[in-house]
Formats: sequence, C-alpha cells, structure tokens
Amino acid sequence: MNERRHTISVLVNNQPGVMQRVSGLFARRAFNIESITVGESEEKGLSRIVIVTKGDNKTIEQISKQLYKLIDVIKVVDLTDSPMVDRELALIKVNADPSQRAEILGVVETFRAAVVDISPTTMIVQVVGDTRKIEAMVELLHPYGIRELSRTGVTAMMRGV
Amino acid sequence: MDATKFQSLPPEELRKKLLQPDEITGSEILLRCLLLEGVECVFGYPGGAVLYIYDAMHDNPDFYHLLTRHEQGAIHAADGYARSTGKVGVCIATSGPGATNLVTGIATAYMDSVPLVVITGNVATSAIGTDAFQEADITGITLPITKHNYLVRDVNDLPRIIREAFYIASTGRKGPVLIDIPKDVSAQVTKFHYPENVYIRGYNPTVHPNKMQVNRLVKAIKEAKKPVILAGGGVVYSGAHEELIQFAEKARIPTITTLLGLGGFPSGNDLWLGMPGMHGTYTANKALQQCDLLISVGARFDDRVTMNVAGFAPNAKIAHIDVDPAEIGKVVKTEIPCVGDVKEVLTLVNEKVEPADSEEWIRTLMEMKEQYPLRYNDSDEVLKPQYVIEMIYETTKGEAIVTTDVGQHQMWAAHYYKFNHPRSWITSGGLGTMGFGFPSAIGAQIGNPDRLVVSINGDGGMQMCAQELAICAIHNIPVKIVVINNQVLGMVRQWQEIIYDNRFSHIDLSGSPDFVKLAEAYGVKGLRATTKEEARQAWEEALETNGPVLVEFVVPKEENVYPMIKAGDTLDDMLMGDEQNE
Ligand SMILES: Cc1cc2nc3c(=O)[nH]c(=O)nc-3n(C[C@H](O)[C@H](O)[C@H](O)COP(=O)(O)OP(=O)(O)OC[C@H]3O[C@@H](n4cnc5c(N)ncnc54)[C@H](O)[C@@H]3O)c2cc1C
Ligand SMILES: Cc1ncc(C[n+]2csc(CCOP(=O)(O)OP(=O)(O)O)c2C)c(N)n1
Repeated sequence: MNERRHTISVLVNNQPGVMQRVSGLFARRAFNIESITVGESEEKGLSRIVIVTKGDNKTIEQISKQLYKLIDVIKVVDLTDSPMVDRELALIKVNADPSQRAEILGVVETFRAAVVDISPTTMIVQVVGDTRKIEAMVELLHPYGIRELSRTGVTAMMRGV
Repeated sequence: MDATKFQSLPPEELRKKLLQPDEITGSEILLRCLLLEGVECVFGYPGGAVLYIYDAMHDNPDFYHLLTRHEQGAIHAADGYARSTGKVGVCIATSGPGATNLVTGIATAYMDSVPLVVITGNVATSAIGTDAFQEADITGITLPITKHNYLVRDVNDLPRIIREAFYIASTGRKGPVLIDIPKDVSAQVTKFHYPENVYIRGYNPTVHPNKMQVNRLVKAIKEAKKPVILAGGGVVYSGAHEELIQFAEKARIPTITTLLGLGGFPSGNDLWLGMPGMHGTYTANKALQQCDLLISVGARFDDRVTMNVAGFAPNAKIAHIDVDPAEIGKVVKTEIPCVGDVKEVLTLVNEKVEPADSEEWIRTLMEMKEQYPLRYNDSDEVLKPQYVIEMIYETTKGEAIVTTDVGQHQMWAAHYYKFNHPRSWITSGGLGTMGFGFPSAIGAQIGNPDRLVVSINGDGGMQMCAQELAICAIHNIPVKIVVINNQVLGMVRQWQEIIYDNRFSHIDLSGSPDFVKLAEAYGVKGLRATTKEEARQAWEEALETNGPVLVEFVVPKEENVYPMIKAGDTLDDMLMGDEQNE
C-alpha cells in the first residue's frame, strides 16, 4: 500500500461540537491525524478545518466520503496534489546563555524566523513555514537544548484562483 | 387492540389547529411538530427531565404515547414500527439513565439504517456540564451511532430542528437522529412558527444515478455469462422490490438476498438462490464464488456475507448500487459504482437492460439448488426447531410479519420462513442485538394493526426484554410470541462446539423462568409444546386466540445451524453438518 501524507481542507458549520464530530470520526474509523487546525473562514458561520493525515488512496477516499456524511460538513478538498501554500507556526524555547545568543541568532536569521522573548538563560524562537522548514529549524536548535516546543499544526490553501 | 385509536381529528382540521401561531411551551411545540410530521405513536418512558413534555401529553387527545416498561423496549418498538411501515419511528426518554438505556437501540437502528427520531430530555442548560443529577452527555455518547444529533439550546430553534431531524432520518441512507432537549427549553414559551421547508446546506443525498455508470452496467450485463444479483436491505428501504423483480427477470440474473434483504425478492421466484454468507445456502455461496459479474443492489458487503474478503467472488467484476457513496469501494474493489437510490437506479436500468447470456448458468444453479437444499434431520421423537419454523411458515402461508431475536433461532427463521413481501422480516443484522425480537414485534403490530405479527425468540434473548409482556397484555396487542427453548445460549454453544472443541463455557440457561407462567403472570396466555403434535395444537390455538399468546417450544440443545462457515474461511468452505458421514 502506498501511504502518503495528505492535506485535507474541510469547510464546516461553526457549531458547538463540530471538531468533536470530525476528530471522533477519525478516531472511530482508525484514520490517522498528524495535525488538525481550525479557525474562522471567509464566510460567517463557517469554519475551516485543515487536517494532515497519512494513508493510501483507498483510505484517503474513505476519509473524504465519511467526512461528507457528517451533516455539518459543507465541503472537503484534498489539497495534496494541487499547488498549495501550507504553513504552520512553531514556538521553540531554547537554552541560550548570553555566550550562545549570537550563534543562535545567526541560525534564526537564515530561517527568516524571529526571536520573540529573551531571558537570562533562554530565548523563544518563532518560526513560520511548511512542516519541513519547522522540522529543520527544530533540528538545528536541538544541540542547544530545547526546553519547550509548541506547534500550531498546518493550515493550508490552494494557490491561484 | 385498543392501542390504535390515534388521532381524534381528521388530518386537515388537525393540521390547521396545530399550525396556529399560539404562544406555547417547548413541550407543546414538540408534540405539535411530531403530529405535523405524521407521527401516530410515540414509545417512551418518563422522568424528571421530560416532565414538562409528559405534562403536555396529559389530556392531549391528538397525541398517542405508549408507555413501555424499559427504555430499551421503547426504542426497539419504535424500530420495529419503522422497519415494518417504512415511516419514522419515534421514542422518548428522560436524561441520564433514560438516555443511556436507549444507546443499544440507537446503535441497532444505526447499523441497519432504520429511520428513528429519538427524543431525550436533559438537565437545564444552566446545569449542563456540572455533573448535575441525571446528567449524561448523550449527544457526545451517541455521536458515532447516530446519523446526526442535536442539543437544543433555544426554544425558537426547536421547530426547525425537529423538521430537520425527520428529514435527515428518512432520506438518503436512513438512520437514527437524536434530539436532546434541556428541561428549561421544554418549559420556555414562544410563539409557534412551523417552517414548511427544510434546507440543510451540508446535506444533499445523491438519489439520481450517473447515466454513464448506468450504461456501463447495462453493457456489463449484456456481456456477462454468469451474472448474479446480491440484493440487500437497500432494496427494502427504497421500496424497490418490484423494480428488482423486473430487473432480475428482464436481465435473466439469479438473485441472492442478504439477511436484511429477505423479502426484497420473492422466495417463490425461480431465480432466487437464498441467503449468502456465514449461514447462507450452498447455491447462493457457490454462485458468488463462481460468478463473472456481481451486482450489489443495496447490500454493503458485510463480513458475514463476504467472509474472508481476500477469497470473495474471485472471478467477478463488481457493480455496486448504493445511496451511500462511502459504501462503494469500502470493502471490495468496485468497477461499476452507481451512487443513487435503488428504485431510481433500477428504473433507469430496466428501461435499457437486455438479457445476459446466462441460460446455461441459470440451469447449473437450478440443478445445484435442487441437489443442495436447506435441510435438517427431522425426528419423530424430539421436536426440532427447524420443524417449528416450517410449521409456522405453512400455517401462516408466508403472510405474517416475522420479527426475531439474535441467535440460532434467527438463522432458522431466515432459512425456513419463506418471505414473499418486503417489510415482513424484522431482525437485527448489523449489531445483532439480543432483546430486539419481542419489543420490535410490538412496534410492528402497532404499525400494522391488520396483520399477523409473529415474534421468534430464543430462551436467552426472550429474557432481555420480557418485561414488555405487560404492554401486550394491557393494550391487547395480539403478537404471537414464540420462544424456541433449547435451554442454552444456542449460537454460542454452536461456536464452542465447532470452533472451541466442545469446551462449553457459560451457556447453560438453567434457572430460566417457566415461560408459560411468566406470560400468565403478566396476563398473557401461555402455551407449551414438547412434541410435534403438541406443537401443532399449541400453535393452532395461538393463531385462533384473539390477543397476545406466548408459545414455548422445547427443543434439544444439540441442534446446530447449517450451512456454517467459520470466521477466516471463504464462501467455498461451507460446513454442511453431515461431514462425519462423508
Ligand atoms: C447471528 C447473525 C448471523 C448472521 N449471518 C448472516 C449470513 O449468514 N448472511 C447474511 O447475509 N447476513 C448475516 N447476518 C447479518 C449481517 O451481519 C448484516 O447485517 C447483513 O448481511 C447486512 O445486509 P445488507 O448489506 O443487505 O443490509 P444493510 O447493512 O442494511 O446495508 C444496506 C446497504 O444499502 C444501502 N442503502 C440503504 N438505503 C438505500 C437506498 N434507498 N438506495 C440504495 N442503497 C441504499 C446502504 O447504504 C447500505 O450500504 C448475520 C447477523 C447475525 C446477528
Ligand atoms: C446483547 C447481546 N449480548 C450477547 C450477544 C452474543 N450472542 C449472540 S447469539 C447468543 C445466544 C443467544 O441465545 P438464545 O437467545 O437462547 O438463542 P439461540 O441461539 O439459542 O437460538 C449470544 C449470547 C448478542 N448478540 N447480543
């Protein structure tokens, strides 16, 4: 089976419990969730959920069909094979003695990331990008000692009109 | 039966009265909306959180409610009503334990696509989330076993929600919808406004098929030499039995009906091969394994039908007609997907279809059917369960509505009662819920006051909802209740004998009540038979009795259901029950 990562965008009624319906569906049918994000959409009363999942073609087809069966789901789009922009944001609290700060700042700059907090022994780095970029940043900061990592999960959108 | 007094006013006058824009409570709104949906009878059980609703029923001459003795009885009765009439079944229960007592029934209906609207009360909105007395998150609990559910937060939403619930429950792939009404909402007063139209943006079932797929199906049939139809519950739910007969006959295709498809195609038709699967007929299973074109008509390739999927229908091109796109390709690879309502699809197909080149295949299967009929070793000394079912079939001429519980008796009923009409066979297939058989018959009788309703149960399952005997007695609901008493949990015993090397573990039902006395204790006539002659006499007496009767047939515990296929085996690996002799 050809398991692949898919990014699926789901337009839903902004109803209490709608996230529970969607995530419950994934849990019950043993579909995988790598990340799930939700927020308001362009239309009042509707939210957009973006799910990153892994599966073969048959599983992904089932995911889409099962999502459509939820009454609160308006539209399901698998963005994976379309030109898309996918982004997440990570906050990384890293050990940073004054002596290491310059070195870390160098790494941060090459990633066009930002330092959003500095304490005597730590810094918080904020990085925005696709999953690969976030992972590379985390990897590079790893040697300094990561104290805390918080990621938003992916949100995504098709390019063009 | 006094249970069917139903509405007191003629429909048009009643409608006018109900639509008045009066200032009324949420509870009165609920009752009005139910009546406007055409609900004839609500099955339910009161409690604190629904007392405003029950108060609104008091002295309401238009609203008919049947008090069961357990919420599970209420929901299975609503289910039996829905399966036998095709209308939406409605039940009601209080918050907390009332609501959780419905869970088994909701899951039962969900698995078999039965349209129900389930009303529960809840604690007041201000108390929700505080672990208040008798609070349970019933919308959370039932998320995975309802087609949709609602928690009503504002009384002004109530009419719309009820309307949507009926629409969702009864269209597309049908199913249960739950409406949870907090106590304060049921008491709030507002001006009644009934929305005539329903619009749900995210809900648009595909009923009309894609013409190209229909054409591909027609072409595949013309090219097929060994086609077979697998007809399922979808035929019955869609009311497409006539279209199916026309299809099979015009295209010359032998037809198999799943457990839930029984009655969707007349068993008297020459093209009928019986039921497939774990306890399917020899010919039906062989036909599936040997066919070159398999057309599923509203059957979802359940694992009791396919058995080992890897070895299922190895030579077949598969076409699947189903209103639920998610069923297509879920279990088996499908070449011709036809999303749509069975009736709509078959109507189109029937316009164009030409006969398959199948006469030789039909001849082969007819010979097989002759050579390998369903059979059992009858005896003059002991009463066999299969004999009992055959007798019930013959004496009712196949015209009864038959409900069953779950177990061996269910399979024997499926084998030896021959169905010729849809909605005459009511059984829990997908969830296999013991306790379903008897209360579902009460609902079926309420929905079909003029038909004979026979409920066939095991001695195990009969004890799971026996309390509803009270309902039959006080309302004189004339269900003929059959208990096939083999003194054990027969189906479990059969598995333990065949698969677990005769290691019989916890199947002995000694301690069961005297079923005749149990019936009599409730005021229902009870009869017992232990021989063929007694069986005929008792059954005759039951049929002649005006009112409910329980007849217990005492049968040996060693009898097994055959054919049988063990889990993991393919449809070719049937145990026929005479292996030792071969
Ligand atoms: C003890 C026990 C033993 C069993 N043994 C067997 C056995 O040997 N053989 C057997 O067949 N079953 C057996 N069953 C039953 C089995 O578990 C399944 O419930 C049954 O096979 C499912 O039948 P189905 O697919 O026809 O119906 P359903 O499960 O009801 O599926 C109906 C299908 O039709 C579709 N549909 C619904 N409405 C429409 C419409 N209007 N238009 C188009 N499509 C529609 C649905 O989407 C669904 O895909 C057994 C059950 C028990 C409890
Ligand atoms: C609620 C529930 N519990 C357990 C089972 C498992 N089960 C399936 S058949 C069966 C035995 C049923 O025995 P009985 O009612 O006596 O019927 P018989 O098989 O003897 O005809 C059991 C326990 C079930 N289907 N439903």
